[in-house]
Order: sequence, then structure tokens, then C-alpha cells
Amino acid sequence: MLILECPYCGVKAEETELAPGYEAHLKRFGPGSSPEEFEDYMFARKNPKGVHFERWRHAYGCGKWFLAARCTATLEVFGTYPAQTSEPPADIIAKIQARRPDWQPDWKGTK
Amino acid sequence: MKRYSVFAIAREALRYHMGWERAWASPEPKASYDAIIVGAGGHGLATAYYLGKNHGITNVAVIEKGWLGGGNTGRNTTIIRSNYLQDPSAAIYEKARSLYETLSQDLNYNVMFSPRGLLMLAQTHHEVRGYLRTVHANTLQGVQTEWISPQRVKEIVPIMNIDGPRYPVLGALYQARGGTARHDAVAWGYARACSAMGMDIIQNCEVKGVRSENGRVTGVDTTKGFIGTKKLGMVVAGHSGQLAEMAGFRLPIEAVALQALVSEPIKPCMDVVVMANTVHGYMSQSDKGEMVIGGGTDGFNNYTQRGSFHHIEETLRALVETFPMISRLKMLRQWGGIVDMTGDRSPLISKTPLGNCFINCGWGTGGFKAIPGSGWAMAELMAKGEPGPLAAEFNMWRFKEGQFIDESVAAGVAH
Ligand SMILES: Cc1cc2nc3c(=O)[nH]c(=O)nc-3n(C[C@H](O)[C@H](O)[C@H](O)COP(=O)(O)OP(=O)(O)OC[C@H]3O[C@@H](n4cnc5c(N)ncnc54)[C@H](O)[C@@H]3O)c2cc1C
Ligand SMILES: [Zn+2]
Repeated sequence: MLILECPYCGVKAEETELAPGYEAHLKRFGPGSSPEEFEDYMFARKNPKGVHFERWRHAYGCGKWFLAARCTATLEVFGTYPAQTSEPPADIIAKIQARRPDWQPDWKGTK
Repeated sequence: MKRYSVFAIAREALRYHMGWERAWASPEPKASYDAIIVGAGGHGLATAYYLGKNHGITNVAVIEKGWLGGGNTGRNTTIIRSNYLQDPSAAIYEKARSLYETLSQDLNYNVMFSPRGLLMLAQTHHEVRGYLRTVHANTLQGVQTEWISPQRVKEIVPIMNIDGPRYPVLGALYQARGGTARHDAVAWGYARACSAMGMDIIQNCEVKGVRSENGRVTGVDTTKGFIGTKKLGMVVAGHSGQLAEMAGFRLPIEAVALQALVSEPIKPCMDVVVMANTVHGYMSQSDKGEMVIGGGTDGFNNYTQRGSFHHIEETLRALVETFPMISRLKMLRQWGGIVDMTGDRSPLISKTPLGNCFINCGWGTGGFKAIPGSGWAMAELMAKGEPGPLAAEFNMWRFKEGQFIDESVAAGVAH
């Protein structure tokens, strides 16, 4: 069972209270962008086996979107943080690196 | 390979069954092959089989990190149907379904194909309209399906409650030649036939890297060392994103868990497959008498082959309304598989940015039924370097061009 702490209201929410939103930190491309950029934004996904940054919504709580750092290979949760950011905060990165010394921050590679 | 037959059984009965040979060999890898397939699930093995059978290419290795058939092929609920909405889907799933009809004879291995009939229940007015549309589409595609009334549904499935309070049955899309097959046997039958053609099935050997030069694959690094190849086929379902990463490209795919469960065995009570897509539940009865039950996918990326409990709870809750008699059944086993979901819920059978590297994936929650057709199409693609008519539309560039084969609008679920 997945439990994520909502960074807004502090509730430790169990999965049925949450709505999943998949990959976080996607850069949005709209009208005027190239087909490649638009395809990447819409469809190409990192889908890593390991550290992953995701969007979640506290659907049956405060209703707000937040972000989570999680391991898809073990279901370990490293931490959650507010959605008003374009990259994971330093304390989350530190937590991940403490648990996964080999992991390299890679969200910047997201096109 | 010694053929299986009634005479073989009689012969072995007379000598204490000492003469059965191993179904397939377990060789060490050679230095290189004409073609390597990564992944010994149904799709990988079928690709190898039709490479040999249809195209005469037999210097082939199928490389599997675990045991053959241990991925989704050995974890699925074995529903076979071809009542899809879009033309390219109907073509490849119907090809697969028709190959299933004679697969046991073709492979000399009993895959227990059971075309017992399949019902997709319409439980909302939206579904009624959707399935009527599918019936018309199927007629044009040459796929035999029909729309049947709630009363007819009740005749076919007496244990069903068709006027439940939340989701009454308003009719059904019926495919009389849909059904099930034995999942392990499909993998084993193809594996045995591949081995008999001289192909190497190498189990317990994980591909760790893909080597390429000048835009062409030269071979793969594995836990048993480097193996060279002239052509590479990636057929690894949930792990496709990883293989693509090794080869340096990205896919429109996310890996999520899908679960299934079986009940204790009971006497025969339902001789068709029933799917209820609005409530995400589907059920059939195995030859052993277990009710085989599946539901919807989890909503987050996951590689653990474990799903969330509340999903099976939801599935059972919905099915108990439709089948009140299962409410006191005990569930015996529950498991999960990692399915590869694409943006339009249709698969990829495609060339890749690397010239001699091909990919077959994205079958998601519904690829067991496609195994023979998919292997057929993938073998043609690998042998000729260009897709035939079955595979052409399933290329990975359709997402850039907006040429979706949108089955998510058609069913919502696609088991
Ligand atoms: C619970 C559940 C129910 C389902 N129900 C149905 C259904 O009713 N009807 C239907 O049609 N479909 C169903 N499906 C979907 C179906 O199971 C799959 O689409 C199909 O089996 C995929 O086959 P495959 O050969 O592509 O993949 P798999 O059988 O998963 O084979 C891929 C293989 O690749 C191997 N592999 C992965 N990475 C590597 C590596 N690096 N090196 C070497 N080998 C590797 C894996 O170990 C695996 O054996 C269901 C799936 C699940 C999980
Ligand atoms: Zn909250």
C-alpha cells in the first residue's frame, strides 16, 4: 500500500485518497512547437526502473496537486514536495542520494 | 523432436514413460547469431518461430532473463478476442485469433484453445452506443460479432444478475469464436517448436546493454557475456523502456502493474468469458473450475509485479453485483504483472532509430490474444527490414504524426 504525505495539509494519505498523475517536471509544448517537441511532451516518457518523480493529487483531501519522489523498483517513497517548482528541491535530492548513492539526478534531461 | 501423438502416449505407457525427451534444449550462447530476440514471452517466442517457419531464418537466439513464459505471458487471464474498433487492430487481432484456431496442430502441442464465446457487457448507455458501433465496424472488417439483448445474455450466462441496482446489463457485444487458451502452453509450444528448428533459447540470461556502431546494433551485453547479432528484436513488454534506454531512444510507454486472481475451484457454472468494462471486471472459468478474475491497472509506474489491494477489492465488489453467487467464494491466489501502456493503448511493431533493431511492445493489458499474429508480423518486419500490412500502422512514429490507433476510446480497458 502506497502512503504519501500531502505537503500542503500534512495528511499521510493512503493510495485510495489520491489520484495519480504520472511523470512530473514535464516541460510543456503547445502551438508553435515542432512535432518532435510536442510528441516528446505528450507521449515520450522516462518510465525509469528506479527513482521517479511523479505528480499526485490529494483528491479526497485538500484537492491539491503535489509531487513525489519514489522508487518504481521497490515502491520506496523518498519524499513529497509542493508542485510549484520546476525541479526537485535539494532536501529531496539529498534524501534520494542517501538511499541511492549511484543515482544521478536526471530530470534536467527531460525535453 | 519426437512428435506428440496418441501413439506416443501408448508407447510411453508401455515403458514407464521413460522415453519422453526434454521439450526444448538449454544451450550456452554462441558467439553470434543472424537474429537475437530479447524476451522469451509469447511474443518473442512466436517471433522466433515465424522467422524460422515463414522466412527460413533459424540461426536465432531468444534471450530471457528469467524463465521462458515467466513474464506477462504466464500471468495473464488468457482472454482471446478480436472485436476491436480500429481497422489495424481488428486485422492483427483477427489474424492472431484465426491462427489460434489451428495452433495446437501447427505446433504439435496442445495449447487448449477454447473458443467458448465472449461477452462484453454494456452497462451504460454510452457503452451500448460504443458496442453497436463496434459491431458495425467488425462487420466491415470481416470479424464476426453481434449485438445481443439482455435476455440473450441471461440465457448464455444464467448465473448473471442482469438487473443489478447500479449497473444493469443493457446488452452485450458477443463474439462467439472468442475464448481462452492455456497461457503456459502457448509459450511452451512455441519454445519447443523453435528449439526443434535449431534455435537457441537461453534462459537466466539478462540483457544489460545494447552495443551499436554507425546507427546499427552489433550485439548485446548479457550476464553470459557479449553476443553478436545481425538483427535485434526487443520483445520485453514491461521492460521495453529499459531496453530502449540501453539502445539510446525513448518510447511512448509507461510500465504499470495489472493484477489477476483465481478462486477456489467449483463445479462448471459459466462456459463463456464475460467482460464488464465499465466496472473493470472480467471473469471466466478455468478447466480446473477456478473462477479467473481480472480488473483494471494501477495508476502509477511500477516494476515490482505487485499491485494495490484496493484495485482487486474494486473489481470483486463490481463482479459480486453482477454475479451474486460468487460472493462467498474464497480467493486462492492473486498476482501481478508489469504491463507496457502506450498513449493510444495500441502496440508498437516497429523499426527503431537503429537500422537493424526492431521493437515489439506496448501490448499492455491485452497482448496474450495477439501472440500468433504479433509474432507473424514481427517476423516479417525483422526478416524483410520493412513492415508488412499487419505491422505497418503500428510504427512508433505515429505519435509524432497524430496517426493514433486509438483503442482507449473504444474500450477503456483492453484485456
Ligand atoms: C494480470 C494480467 C492479465 C492479463 N490478461 C490478459 C487477457 O486476458 N488477454 C490478453 O490478451 N492479454 C492479457 N494480458 C496481457 C498479456 O499478458 C501481455 O500483453 C502479453 O503476455 C505480453 O507478452 P510478451 O511476450 O510481450 O511479454 P512477457 O510475457 O512479459 O515477456 C517478456 C519477457 O522479457 C523478459 N525480459 C525483460 N527484460 C529483459 C532483459 N533485459 N533481458 C532478457 N529478458 C528480459 C521478461 O523476463 C519476460 O519473460 C494480461 C496481463 C496481465 C499482467
Ligand atoms: Zn492535502
